[in-house]
Amino acid sequence: MTVALFVPCYIDQLYPDVAIATLELLERLGVDVAYPDGQTCCGQPMANTGCETDTAPVARRLVDLFADFEAVVCPSGSCVSMVRNHYAAYFDPEDAKFQHVTSKTYELCEYLHDVVGVTHLDVKFPHRVSLHQSCHGLRELRLGQSSESMTPRENKVRKLLNLVEGIEWVEPDRPDDCCGFGGTFAVNEADVSAEMGRARIADHCDKGSEVLASADMSCLMHLQGLIRREKNPIQVMHVAQILSGRPLGAA
Amino acid sequence: MLPIVQHPAAAKEFVNDPNRSRWHDQALWFVRSKRDKQAASLPEWEYLRETASGIKTHTIANLAHYLQEFERNATARGAVVHWARDADHHNEIVLRILRDHKTKRIVKSKSMLTEECGLNHYLEDNGIDVVDTDLGERIVQLRGETPSHIVLPAIHIKKEEVGDTFHKHLGTDEGASDPKYLAEAARGHLRDKFLAGEIGITGVNFAIAETGGLVVCTNEGNADLGTSLPRVHIACMGIEKLLPRQRDLGVFTRLLARSATGQPITSYTSHFNGPRDENSELHIVLVDNGRSRLRESETFRAAMHCIRCGACMNTCPVYRRSGGHSYRATVPGPIGSVLSPTRDQNSYKSLPYACSLCGSCSDVCPVKIPLHHQLLAWRGELVGKKLLPLSKRLSMRCASYLFRFPALFRLVGKVGRFALRVLPRWATHNRLNVWTIARELPEPPKESFHQWHRRHRNH
Repeated sequence: MTVALFVPCYIDQLYPDVAIATLELLERLGVDVAYPDGQTCCGQPMANTGCETDTAPVARRLVDLFADFEAVVCPSGSCVSMVRNHYAAYFDPEDAKFQHVTSKTYELCEYLHDVVGVTHLDVKFPHRVSLHQSCHGLRELRLGQSSESMTPRENKVRKLLNLVEGIEWVEPDRPDDCCGFGGTFAVNEADVSAEMGRARIADHCDKGSEVLASADMSCLMHLQGLIRREKNPIQVMHVAQILSGRPLGAA
Repeated sequence: MLPIVQHPAAAKEFVNDPNRSRWHDQALWFVRSKRDKQAASLPEWEYLRETASGIKTHTIANLAHYLQEFERNATARGAVVHWARDADHHNEIVLRILRDHKTKRIVKSKSMLTEECGLNHYLEDNGIDVVDTDLGERIVQLRGETPSHIVLPAIHIKKEEVGDTFHKHLGTDEGASDPKYLAEAARGHLRDKFLAGEIGITGVNFAIAETGGLVVCTNEGNADLGTSLPRVHIACMGIEKLLPRQRDLGVFTRLLARSATGQPITSYTSHFNGPRDENSELHIVLVDNGRSRLRESETFRAAMHCIRCGACMNTCPVYRRSGGHSYRATVPGPIGSVLSPTRDQNSYKSLPYACSLCGSCSDVCPVKIPLHHQLLAWRGELVGKKLLPLSKRLSMRCASYLFRFPALFRLVGKVGRFALRVLPRWATHNRLNVWTIARELPEPPKESFHQWHRRHRNH
């Protein structure tokens, strides 16, 4: 079985190490991974702005590109949610390629937890870590239990990180308040977005976290931008980087 | 007609004053945390939400039937039922009842419906003395403001500011801000108003078709006092407040106060089944005001489930930091951002974008309105009507082309990363690049993943 690696546009261009770490991690776990040429974006920026006619052809491209693979894995909860939960608006429900891709696209942690069933990782990360749970991973993909919901769910991201030796967990007061990235929201509502981000960073810093880890690099891009501007004593890392054994400061 | 205000501009002052926005955020997060504890205390919480959603879906689908059943049963109990097609009609009906009774003074308990209809201004313009008896509403009324939250109308005002307002209007000591002292002063002031009130107006939390009865939930008992002293009670309700049977009520009272303020139940849950005696009158005004139109919409119909608990406001990270007034609407926050554009798309077109799509509102909603998906759906509607600025639509058109041609995407990426590396800081980090007003740009890597993959994996 060959799975396709889907690398979101901003990871490809700005955070290639997150994709490299994802690829290396999957390869090390014995997954046969291909990186189909010609991939760009899932279409979420246009879709979330409401520009549906601009989204449709981009979504079509993605589905055609990945239709021949048994599964698609992507290190971003937000992009996966776009494909799984929002693509229906752009396709004929009977379209076989659409049905296949929308149901077989996995977020990285979800794939490792549900499909590969990882129980052992030979990596160390001896640092104080706090988890930033991205909203789309949490509330659209249900990678864990959101604090509003009373339906018990295990946290797949945390369970995987618990396989890493040496992590000392640090718990923020608000486990899943939004960081304020929100795609174009970060620019449309720049003041509110920045204030939301500052509150998240302060919460994690105050508890003594060294590393703010997340399965969504887009949240981290926004938070890192604020951290660098305000010189906060904390770093960000994508979960894939920690799981693949990268040292502190790789992002 | 008010000028159209864009949410980011309307929020600017509030969010950029950390003393206000952080304090407001903490106050509402405290309420949200209380709600979490109460919700967690019921093992059947998610079952209750599911049941409530089902009851509301059924009721809205059969609304005409239940409204007629309600009218029949309420009339049989001696109430007078009035039908109002819109806000103006509602206000005229209320004024006519007041004139029929030659009334100049009314006491009113909290009703978002009368806020929606602008009843206070209308009555005041017609020479009626209107006293809001909910403490929060009285505070905003004395200050000449409107509520900033549907359950906590004065949540945006600090106790020192309440002290100043009371000093000016009620003669409390200058500089006094002790909440107990201020509450006592308000009690004394409102007691006189209650005694002088000639007609009591209340909102309605639930109306029951099977019995023709009404239920009003308050924490201050003001609705009870306001309807027990005067001989005439006018209850104003939106047509979506209906429940089919008495036994449905328990599902909703268990959800309402827990979701709203983290209490197991409101201090007062008052049932009104017809006028209280033969010398009294109960008037019930059923208001449409756009609800029938909303009911026609497959996409937005579920917004009629709303029981006005305010939980979506308490949990909304945008609302908590921008304040209720930034929405320029009677109902702010996520549900307000869904409802307001159904009334006037052009005036409220920025509200569906005042949302990071975090989804917390949908998970907290006790009647399971898919709020963040409705906000996303609104964006599609607004773009379809060309209500999003052309510059934004064009930038998305460009992005769409970029993502359709991988070679172009790679070239633009390469040029962009190169530019970020070589350009001086002032050229990339300036006021024109909104991202960089508060944040640094990412440090551009030398190669993209695509380039790395060609060097390392392609054979």
